[in-house]
Amino acid sequence: MTKILMIHFTIEDRDGTQQPIEIPEGINLSLMEVLKASEYDILATCGGMALCATCHVKVLDGFDDLPSAQDAELDMLDTLPDADSDSRLACQIRVDERLNGATFRIKGVRELV
Amino acid sequence: MVTTDICIIGAGPVGLFAVFEAGLLKMRCHLIDALPQIGGQLSEIYPQKPIYDIPGYPAINAQTLVDNLMTQIAPFNPGFTLGERVEQLDRQADGSYVVTTNDGTSVHCQVVVIAGGLGCFEPRKPEIENLERFEGKGVAYMVKNPEQLRDRRVVLAGGGDSALDWTVFLADVAKEVTLVHRSDTFRGAPDSAEKVFHLASQGRVNLVLQSNITSIHGNGHLQEVSITAKDKTVTTLPADNLIPLFGLTPKLGPIADWGLTIDRSAIVVNTTDYATNVERIYAIGDINTYPGKLKLILCGFHEAALMCQSAFRYVHPDQKLSFKYTTVNGVPTF
Repeated sequence: MTKILMIHFTIEDRDGTQQPIEIPEGINLSLMEVLKASEYDILATCGGMALCATCHVKVLDGFDDLPSAQDAELDMLDTLPDADSDSRLACQIRVDERLNGATFRIKGVRELV
Repeated sequence: MVTTDICIIGAGPVGLFAVFEAGLLKMRCHLIDALPQIGGQLSEIYPQKPIYDIPGYPAINAQTLVDNLMTQIAPFNPGFTLGERVEQLDRQADGSYVVTTNDGTSVHCQVVVIAGGLGCFEPRKPEIENLERFEGKGVAYMVKNPEQLRDRRVVLAGGGDSALDWTVFLADVAKEVTLVHRSDTFRGAPDSAEKVFHLASQGRVNLVLQSNITSIHGNGHLQEVSITAKDKTVTTLPADNLIPLFGLTPKLGPIADWGLTIDRSAIVVNTTDYATNVERIYAIGDINTYPGKLKLILCGFHEAALMCQSAFRYVHPDQKLSFKYTTVNGVPTF
């Protein structure tokens, strides 16, 4: 029997509460999809196309280990008034072993009205 | 004034297919879209991407799907108003509606169908206290007429192409130009960035990097902006105009003020007929929400079909709706 390897990282909600997340390797989800499935309050309006930035996260730990951002994500981050050098869009991060030990703080706005 | 049966807000795939379903029930449609072309996200964002979950098409290019929908609805001769944003909705004494755009186009209809997808893209506003209070009083999110900034003290914020381009342009127009950017590098076009650095070295623009605008002040009109640097030092600058340029973000826009029930930036509908809480107003496609909602084009198509069955009673109140298959009856034309 092959053992399923798990990926472990931490999510910090807007109120500062942290929760460990455990995801089986090879699941082929984005971090945004994991956040939604874990019932975090994010809009993800555009559905993962790096268009709305409502899945904006701040990487508190493990930024350098993450798969690097592509142009669409960097362009969008560049327009965000509250982005910083450790900002990412959760929809553009595929969940794999490189997320092990990382900590993400949710930053995306909750309303687009 | 345009007169039609159904006014569809949004000319994406779901709005287009609603024309077909409406046409089968002899209801005419007029579509309005803020974008200058039909197709919504498909044409605007990913025209060359293949879509794999349209029934009957193992893969179809997004723009091809739009083109095919246009061919499919051609028999029903829909009207289009493109490049205009719906601003206002006025209920008439008989229950019908007049929909008005920002350019003053008005459409009289029996039923309004919101098929607005992500909403319309509007300038993103930074979180600065009192920002909205100074909108139109020194604060604007785009430069409409640069002449209005002649001999003014202008502060721009942002690091993209438009922030860089306007900084360069306004250096020759305004009395003083300050560009505030949170980073010390620019992702915009390298030669625009170079021009800005050059102007800054000549003292023709004031470049404030690794800083954010944190508060604004004025007495009726904007008078000064306070800028906080990374090291937390605060500088206050006199300013007549502040132009935050932080790209675009999808918003519901004026639709949010129509008394519709809204949950997390989506319009709440029931799943019987995709009606909103306001009679004669329906919402279909990505813009609506209900338990189990999936933002898929195929779900929007289904919603369009059921919506039309319900809308029929307002368009043809004296007729009995009889359901007909296109395989039996073909497709009628107008």
